[in-house]
Amino acid sequence: MADKKTKTQTDNKKKQGQAATLKKVFHHLGKYRIFVVFSILLATVSVALTLYVPKLTGNAVDCIIGAGDVDFPGVVRIMVRIGICTLITALAQWLMNICNNKMTYQVVQDIRNEAFRKIEILPLKYIDGHPYGDVVSRVIADVDQFADGLLMGFTQLFTGIATIVGTFCFMLSVNVTITFVVVLITPVSFLVANFIAKRTFSMFRLQSEIRGEQTGLIDEMVGNQKVVQTFGRGRKVTEEFDEINERLGKASLRATFFSSITNPSTRFVNSLVYTGVGITGAFAAVNGSLSVGQLSSFLSYANQYTKPFNEISGVVTEFQNAVACAQRIFDLIEEEPQAPEPEDAVELSDINGNVRAEHVDFSYEKGQELIRDFNLDVKPGQRIAIVGPTGCGKTTIINLLMRFYDVKNGSISVEGVDIREMTRKSLRAGYGMVLQDTWLKTGTIRDNITMGRADATEEEIIAAAKASHIHSFIRRLPQGYDTWITEDGGGLSQGQKQLLCIARVMLCRPPMLILDEATSSIDTRTELKIQDAFAALMKGRTTFIVAHRLSTIREADVILVMKDGQIIEQGDHESLLAQGGFYKHLYESQFMKGSGIS
Amino acid sequence: MKSLLIYLKDYKKESVLAPLFKMLEATFELLVPLVMAAVIDVGIANSDRPYIVKMCFVLIALGLIGLVCSITAQYFSAKAAAGFGTGVRHALFEHIQKLTFTEMDTIGSSTLITRLTSDINQTQSGVNLVLRLFLRSPFIVFGAMIMAFTVDVKAAVIFVIVIPVLSVIVFGVMLVTMPLYRKVQACVDRVLLTTRENLAGVRVIRAFNKEQEEREKFGRENQILTDAQKFVGRISGLMNPLTYVVVNGGIIALIYAGALRVNAGDLTQGEVVALINYMSQILTELVKLANLIITVTKAVACGNRIGSILNIQPDMKDGDRILSAEDIGHGTAGRQGEEEVPAVEFDHVSLTYKGAGGESLTDITFRAMRGQTIGIIGGTGSGKSSLVNLIPRFYDATRGCIRIFGHDIRRIQMESLRSHIGVVPQKAVLFKGTIAENLRWGNEDASDAELEEALAISQAKEFVDRKPDRTGFQIEQGGRNLSGGQKQRLTIARALVRKPEILILDDSASALDFATDAALRSAIRSMEDGPAVFIVSQRASSVQYADQIIVLDDGAAAGIGTHEELLASCPAYQEIYYSQFPEEAQANG
Repeated sequence: MADKKTKTQTDNKKKQGQAATLKKVFHHLGKYRIFVVFSILLATVSVALTLYVPKLTGNAVDCIIGAGDVDFPGVVRIMVRIGICTLITALAQWLMNICNNKMTYQVVQDIRNEAFRKIEILPLKYIDGHPYGDVVSRVIADVDQFADGLLMGFTQLFTGIATIVGTFCFMLSVNVTITFVVVLITPVSFLVANFIAKRTFSMFRLQSEIRGEQTGLIDEMVGNQKVVQTFGRGRKVTEEFDEINERLGKASLRATFFSSITNPSTRFVNSLVYTGVGITGAFAAVNGSLSVGQLSSFLSYANQYTKPFNEISGVVTEFQNAVACAQRIFDLIEEEPQAPEPEDAVELSDINGNVRAEHVDFSYEKGQELIRDFNLDVKPGQRIAIVGPTGCGKTTIINLLMRFYDVKNGSISVEGVDIREMTRKSLRAGYGMVLQDTWLKTGTIRDNITMGRADATEEEIIAAAKASHIHSFIRRLPQGYDTWITEDGGGLSQGQKQLLCIARVMLCRPPMLILDEATSSIDTRTELKIQDAFAALMKGRTTFIVAHRLSTIREADVILVMKDGQIIEQGDHESLLAQGGFYKHLYESQFMKGSGIS
Repeated sequence: MKSLLIYLKDYKKESVLAPLFKMLEATFELLVPLVMAAVIDVGIANSDRPYIVKMCFVLIALGLIGLVCSITAQYFSAKAAAGFGTGVRHALFEHIQKLTFTEMDTIGSSTLITRLTSDINQTQSGVNLVLRLFLRSPFIVFGAMIMAFTVDVKAAVIFVIVIPVLSVIVFGVMLVTMPLYRKVQACVDRVLLTTRENLAGVRVIRAFNKEQEEREKFGRENQILTDAQKFVGRISGLMNPLTYVVVNGGIIALIYAGALRVNAGDLTQGEVVALINYMSQILTELVKLANLIITVTKAVACGNRIGSILNIQPDMKDGDRILSAEDIGHGTAGRQGEEEVPAVEFDHVSLTYKGAGGESLTDITFRAMRGQTIGIIGGTGSGKSSLVNLIPRFYDATRGCIRIFGHDIRRIQMESLRSHIGVVPQKAVLFKGTIAENLRWGNEDASDAELEEALAISQAKEFVDRKPDRTGFQIEQGGRNLSGGQKQRLTIARALVRKPEILILDDSASALDFATDAALRSAIRSMEDGPAVFIVSQRASSVQYADQIIVLDDGAAAGIGTHEELLASCPAYQEIYYSQFPEEAQANG
């Protein structure tokens, strides 16, 4: 009992969620109100006329009684009427299609834009914490599914309901008794459809669960196909895949078959309706209370009346699916955005490079304190090195400096202004950033280099590329600077990508720099060559460097030594060595040349 | 699409029976108007109530038989479709396992994933629908025409005119919209790409304050997509109104012809009703067909995409030689009276990637014995990874020959070849599962002790010890809950578990600090029965103590030798070395 109660409770909650989602959908539709109204109007016109045609046909049949007993003028008059009705109906249908199309795709476009706008202002915490595939599938697949459901809903739900109401009225106008026969039998088809749908629901759920499991495996294995092949795991992985695949096949058979019983069953109920109309109609005709023509129109009404019921049950499933998808999209759209900027946010324009961290506490997850009471005072032009063993959380500092994440306690300020009180734009424009994880956007090489300064001249671009020692490589490409780079730099090597990222920063020359392993993928010879350019760039600019190479670090004004996510030592090279702590240990392990190989 | 149909061959019976039963159902449906005509012409005309009741029972019987036939058809088609889906999915997955690196480079894994998931699902439901409905509709359409002929040949001529016109409309709309749907799909792909990019590149985009620009770009792409969708929608929206006009035109013609024929006494009233009924049946079926066509069009497009992957013939031929213990024995030093065979031998090897303008490796020759360490160093894009990728035959050399324990690798069975090689790729990839499960990728039968040993050598022991459950620790998908360095050490351990005769470290220590890197190399060196180790690195310190160092410059060997030899004679090596150890450069003047 208790179980049942909680179940109904969650059901209720789900229903409320659905209702809320529907409300949001209607809210989005509001803008296209006029199209909704038109669509309903046109649907009504087209349905009314569609239904009028069988009645006319019936009248026509009544004019054709037997040999020598045909009312030709009457037949011709009716034919003309049918013709006019047909043309108007077709026109109304076509216009309705256009309306539905327009509002559906317009709403979908709005929702997509909204979702994307949200992506641009989501906190990094969300983006880092959710697989990209999940977010992408909300913006693409879910929206598509939603569009299909919405379109189907409009085209079929309106016309369906209109048809039911219209047919009912027409039938009443012809004969009351037979109408009741139809109305009484029809709900049976609805019940049958519902009965089957309920029973197949769990089968569908099972199918999508297994499908999810399989997609997980595919994503992982095909996504890393090269590793799978390297270890000769192809066969083993295929076995794993097949096991799930077999289960999926079985579940899919059950779900498909049992759900597909619906149509034949409702069709059978329809034929019962048809028979019912036939027998009562024929009896009425024998009694003389119904003409043959009326019987003929009744028969076609009986067909039309039951059809929407079948369709609607299909539409309802589709629509529920669409609402579930819409919910996932709205979940994304309503996700809490990053902290908004204060109204009077400072637009920092003159950055010299004064950076101060005061009593900063930070953690990614509650309870796992990473940085505690971190203090730092950086003067313009100083070089801050962040060092530490693998995986010690050096990038956390960058996340805080760039305000990708907000500090928990304390503050970070630039030029004496708390970074939370200035616009993100002006803060980030102050920094030039080269990350270890090189990322390039799809576009030309030129687009990528000029990311920081769209107005750069050709000479400036080439100068930046030359300083980064990537110019000669670019020149040798078939289209030079206009060579198109595909998804995440596809054709380029890791090192070349990194050089492009460096050129990007060389071009915009911001007052402060963040270099996170900026040269990790570049060979040392090239690195040496671009060192001068880097030195010139760093001159007078406050620079934060994350690096393994202690030789670059030695010249830093302040060294932050990190371990396990925390800053454990802070000072310059000499004082840290003198401390004899962790830094000394790190330093020695590098310069104990070959100590590892004995 | 055609090539996929062979996956229905195990379901021949079902694929034939399903439409057959559907046709049976349709046939019974087509009889209904005739029964009704009889009710009108005989029952009503003669006021024969028992006859009417009898005929109504006939109608119910027809309905029942129809129900049975159709459920049977649904079962067979569901079975065939599910079997088809399962078969295609298996075939595609297996096929992907056979693709070579060159092919994967050109196709890309995200494409493969969509082919395996949504494309197959779409195709499967397409097959189901085709079996169930696609044959039914034409059958009803033509069946209605044939029935019309049985009623009255002259009036049936109207059907002969109407049906081709309808076919032209239906197929015309289909032909026009099909390429347009493809265009819509291309637009969707672009929108998808931009979305993905903005997630993967979020830091860079925000650092450069590009949000506004990206929003505009997305808005533009979204607009193009919407326009394309609306355009297709407008055209396919023509189908219903047009067919409606044609069918009603047919009905008008039928009424007129019927009026003439009835007047002449060639036709009864009931027969006119039957003819009109047949015409309306055609309309009903066409509406269904129109909805179906969209689904089927999509399914065919998806099927073609799957087919195009299945049609890719792996461009490498597998060898048939299995490396035996004896083959490998020849590579072990110290056997009396036998010359030691090198574990790896490059004989004037060159490599040109498919579609590349120039050679990535040029005329490389060297030999590596077991127990030796080979350092490979060189600038960005100098071909270091290309060189080691040739050893497990990820790519085939375009010129020259590579021999493993004296055998040309093109003759060795790929699986056997790779089972003797431990590769640690540049990108550290781990899979969902425990640490132990991940390590056993290297060797399924490895004992716990062997896992521990590998962990110790790869310097991973220290952090694994700190994990709850140690090797039972659950790694999340993509190794998200481990740091870069931890992942890298585990991938090294994974390669070691296999106790390979050849070990390849492709810049695999980049995320490790110098101390760990050094300890790792030292531990590998001290392994018993040590493998031939290839270390690709940017750092001179990592390769300095190798038995041989291959210095690559733009794909060619600028020098091969020991550290001392190269330092004395190879300018390229000197440049690299002194760039990393400037104080020695000063000391040496």
